[in-house]
Amino acid sequence: MTDELIRAVAQADTPANMVTAVQNLAAAKDVAAIPTLIAVFGYNNPSAATVAAAALTEMGEIAVPQLLSQIDDYNYGARAYSIRTLAAIADPRAIDVLITAAATDFAPSVRRAAAKGLGNLHWHKLEPADRETALKKALETLLFISQDSEWSIRYAAVVGLQALAKIPDLQQPIRTRLDQMLATDDEKAIRARVQLAI
Amino acid sequence: MNEPSASEYSAENAPQLTPELALANLQSPDLSLRYYAAWWLGKFRVSHPDVVDALIAALEDEADRTEMGGYPLRRNAARALGKLGDAKAIPGLIKSLECHDFYVREAAAQSLQKLRDKTAAPALIKMLDGGVAQAVQVMGRPHLTQPYEAVIEALGAIGATEAISLISPFLEHEVPGVQCAAARAMYQLTQDPVYGDRLVKTLSSSDLKLRRLVLTDLGAIGYMAAAEAIAIAQVENSFKLIALKGLLEHQLIPELDVLSVSDNAIQVMNLMDSLL
Repeated sequence: MTDELIRAVAQADTPANMVTAVQNLAAAKDVAAIPTLIAVFGYNNPSAATVAAAALTEMGEIAVPQLLSQIDDYNYGARAYSIRTLAAIADPRAIDVLITAAATDFAPSVRRAAAKGLGNLHWHKLEPADRETALKKALETLLFISQDSEWSIRYAAVVGLQALAKIPDLQQPIRTRLDQMLATDDEKAIRARVQLAI
Repeated sequence: MNEPSASEYSAENAPQLTPELALANLQSPDLSLRYYAAWWLGKFRVSHPDVVDALIAALEDEADRTEMGGYPLRRNAARALGKLGDAKAIPGLIKSLECHDFYVREAAAQSLQKLRDKTAAPALIKMLDGGVAQAVQVMGRPHLTQPYEAVIEALGAIGATEAISLISPFLEHEVPGVQCAAARAMYQLTQDPVYGDRLVKTLSSSDLKLRRLVLTDLGAIGYMAAAEAIAIAQVENSFKLIALKGLLEHQLIPELDVLSVSDNAIQVMNLMDSLL
């Protein structure tokens, strides 16, 4: 059954047929569909990719290992969907991938998705010792990219920091940085987003 | 455009410049160094008065010519002056609207749009002479007789309400980009939502480049009613974020530096957050 649905995705000959085939595959909610759904990110079909991302997000943790191992290093469009999906699932096993993407990817769409995701991971799923290290790394990364020259990266950093401030221990450094941005950022839009965050 | 665009310069193959060196290079015997320096000074917004003066002088350059009679250095100087935001450049840019190089006129109109000075209105209005009937493709060139999009957008940005009756016929021009520019300017000059809604409708065009262009227009006029339509448009998120940033900034104008944000502003930011 799922094999047929997977074949239908491979054989879709128009963008519209592709969307339908991916919708049908997504509806099967079968773990065997995971690699195909991830591959859809690389087909340059935003509607199909959105359906695939929603399906993978709904599958949740079970999709995380393959999402992590099948990130497309050569297609930033596909990579942005992978990072967005990992951010939405919020499994903390994604932290290293999100940190690397937020800090070093050349594609702003990838960096923004990672920055937002870094604030929202399910930290309680980590062992206490790992949790402390992970939170520290996430905070450091977001503080670092909150100084990026590109406004949309700083915007995403504020969104990430706002979410991370739900952790009581991190509230103080985050507040300090947000106050600083409110006073110094030359983009009105960023100052407005900071106001919303604090 | 038949010349390299700014984005084609990459850090590796470009000479390492400082503001001082770029300023000196504007007088270099190597014309390509002059051309690059003018772009560089705009890109890095080197707004020193000496730089502004040198770029204004470069608007009269005769040395750097293309085989078609174009003025590459003048084009880059005109573009840079728009980025530097110094009103001293306005008279020179207005004069450049009469240059016989189309791309110099286009760059000057775009920069005058950024500088938002009403004294440019008569010269810009003159470029609409002959109306839509004259606004035709130049034989063998990839452009119309005048840079209508830039001219109309500039008239809208500087609030030239006296041009409304001249701009409105361009809503029916055959080039979609010109129609969009007219709708954008008409909205700015009349605040009538009919024109904003026209742009929103164009967001469902089958032409991706046109959808991107319309996002820019909606951001520039800050048309709040378009917020949801922008967020779901079939365009890359980066373009949507820039458009929504434009909407957000329009919402913030009256409350700059006040520690509160309006419901409209919050609505826009929530949409922006969802696009990260």
